[in-house]
Amino acid sequence: MTGVLKRRWAWGPPYILALFLAVGPAFAVQPDEMLADPALEARAREISRDIRCPVCQGETIDDSNAPIARDLRIIIRERLTAGDSDAEVVDYIVARYGEGVLFNPPAQGVNLVLWLAGPALLLAGIAVAVVANRRRVVPEAALTADEEARLQEILKQ
Amino acid sequence: MIVELGHFALILALMVAVVQATLPLWGAQTGDRRLMALAGPAAGLQLVLIAGSFAALTWAFVVSDFSLAVVVSNSHTLKPMLYKVSGVWGNHEGSLLLWVLILAIYGAAVAAFGTNLPERLKARVLAVQGLIGVAFMAFLLLTSNPFWRLAAPPLDGQDLNPLLQDPGLAFHPPFLYLGYVGLSMAFSFAVAALIEGRVDAAWGRWVRPWTLAAWVFLTIGIALGSWWAYYELGWGGFWFWDPVENASFMPWLLAAALLHSSIVVEKRESLKAWTILLAIMAFGFSLIGTFIVRSGVITSVHAFANDPERGVFILMILGFFTGGALILFAARAGVMEARGVFSLVSRESALVANNILLSVAAFVVFIGTIWPLVGTMLMGRDLSVGAPFFNAAFSPFMVALALILPPGAMLAWKRGDLRRSLRGLIPVMALVLALGVLAYAMQSGRTALGPVGLMLGAWVSFGAMADLWARTGRGGLAARAGRLLRLPRADWGKATAHFGLGVTIFAVAAMNSWKVEDIRVVQEGESFPLGAYAVRLDKVEEVQGPNYTSTMGWMTVTSNGAPVAVLTPEKRVYPVAGMPTTEAAIDYGFTRDIYLVLGDRQKSGGWAVRSYIEPFANWLWGGAILMALGGVLSLSDRRYRVAAGARRVPSGVPAE
Repeated sequence: MTGVLKRRWAWGPPYILALFLAVGPAFAVQPDEMLADPALEARAREISRDIRCPVCQGETIDDSNAPIARDLRIIIRERLTAGDSDAEVVDYIVARYGEGVLFNPPAQGVNLVLWLAGPALLLAGIAVAVVANRRRVVPEAALTADEEARLQEILKQ
Repeated sequence: MIVELGHFALILALMVAVVQATLPLWGAQTGDRRLMALAGPAAGLQLVLIAGSFAALTWAFVVSDFSLAVVVSNSHTLKPMLYKVSGVWGNHEGSLLLWVLILAIYGAAVAAFGTNLPERLKARVLAVQGLIGVAFMAFLLLTSNPFWRLAAPPLDGQDLNPLLQDPGLAFHPPFLYLGYVGLSMAFSFAVAALIEGRVDAAWGRWVRPWTLAAWVFLTIGIALGSWWAYYELGWGGFWFWDPVENASFMPWLLAAALLHSSIVVEKRESLKAWTILLAIMAFGFSLIGTFIVRSGVITSVHAFANDPERGVFILMILGFFTGGALILFAARAGVMEARGVFSLVSRESALVANNILLSVAAFVVFIGTIWPLVGTMLMGRDLSVGAPFFNAAFSPFMVALALILPPGAMLAWKRGDLRRSLRGLIPVMALVLALGVLAYAMQSGRTALGPVGLMLGAWVSFGAMADLWARTGRGGLAARAGRLLRLPRADWGKATAHFGLGVTIFAVAAMNSWKVEDIRVVQEGESFPLGAYAVRLDKVEEVQGPNYTSTMGWMTVTSNGAPVAVLTPEKRVYPVAGMPTTEAAIDYGFTRDIYLVLGDRQKSGGWAVRSYIEPFANWLWGGAILMALGGVLSLSDRRYRVAAGARRVPSGVPAE
């Protein structure tokens, strides 16, 4: 278990990440990578915000200074210039680097559990709250037939 | 010698904690008053010993005693004094000692100020508190001893991570720990109440100030961390949904839920079992946070990688306290009967909705944080979860919370009238709509997020003001204004905190939708446009700092030719740690920050420059400060200072 934890959770807070990443170029997207067409460049930025840098785990390629992140940013721009759609570009990268690069796990297969956990718990919470509330209110709300008869008796006296 | 004294004091503190955790508990069970009375002095003694131990470690950092392993790897003789001191908790071992110190401070505070607590409850609370102390001191001494000496001390240290040499971050961990550990108070009260088998209004009143204090500290701690990330990491982001940020965010959400549900316990004697459960979970999540952080966290990413033993130890602590408390809860929850009934439309129901939404939101953060782990362990798949998921899956719950907040806060207890509380908000609705339309018309027409965020934030903020105004009752303007000032501090606290939440919601939306970014190569002397401003790179020079060298750019920002600011973004290199950092230069403003980052010199000549206009950035921290201030105002309410709750405790022996 700890071996796994070590690998996945040893990212540390953002400043620890930055600690590794700062060794190298001073910041992520470099002016020389950027496309001249602002619409295409905007699409490239949008895509790269959802792609994890494969070597730095906790950071998007848009934020990362790692050389591989730069390579990926350039690949994205090459594919876009070649006329690929956004989905095709993402598929291209996933095919080469695995689904682990997706920061936004697609809501299908087992990832549905991840996506639906919140709404499911919300519904469960509401159900429990309503049931618990009903149960609390009932004893006070109505009188049984016996109690009703007794009440009438008392009132008559 | 002083170091050995510190080490010895820590071992003694562990012994005292063992006594505090056992004898008073036994005394409470058997009705032995002498044993129960031990708890207070033990808590005091524990504080004295741990404070001594902490002072010894601080001294070792101040005089740069390089015979200590911790000092060698986290300090350097040339480091400024502030960072020598903050270096004490800028590492795994020292920060745990701070954790334990804060735990002891809280324990001693209960012993000193809890004079109105029933004897038994006090003994049990302090015993549970002592038990937590035992676990963490054992962890400290067995796996992460800060007093470890080196046989051959080096001449100088390896310096503290330069990114941590920052005033914002120097105080970030202590505040976070005050928050995390503060939740242990709610936990101890919850477990003591479970042992006792009784929860009443007085219990709610005792537990709320501690929760409130913990939440205030967490708010400040998280805001400091986020502010630091904003100005230090050099890309203007303020929240990354990183596991470590999430680790502090989950307890914050649950603490917020807890302090609302304990209001219901206090005022209406309802939601008891749920509040107890929430108290257990809130501390449970701060232990999970500690675990996530310690398995390589808040301090050194290397620490855990070398020593998986620590992660296992914390997992054991987590399992023992959360598991044990939950078992106790399962056994005793039935004993706590709710007294106050309430209708589906009532303040209680609104607070239940608040609790459900906050807990579900915390759960979404939790599952998103552990999902990659689940993926590797159970499915053998490499999965990542990042900002896009959290933004999509977490935000809807916060939006729902913001929507129900203003009418919910104005509902009457027990049986409310939704139409009436909405009627009171009609002016607010009109204002919110007008603001939304205005923002939509004024922005350059890209996203709906900005205007919607503004409307939501304004709804919460102005709703809070309407709520406060409604509390002044009926009558002329002057009479109501006079009453406004005489309202209890708790009412002002509520309004301030809710107002702050609205400000934060607005700022988050604004920063996400109206940010202007520009990346380009700039020659010295060249100007470029940035939004409505023009920026000129005047010159770039090498500058020598106290323990670093810096490449500093001078950049002049003008607006229509009029100078706005001269900013000096830097790239620093800390030779001892061998690490470069970027220091963004920021011109802070009320409605926008101008944020400049200097990059590398380009082969073609000139410098890479990143510039941003961050709209309403200061509102984000301002909102957090208002939330914390609201908590402090509420905490200072007279009703918490006088022992009002004590009167309501029956004088007889509580049922066991």
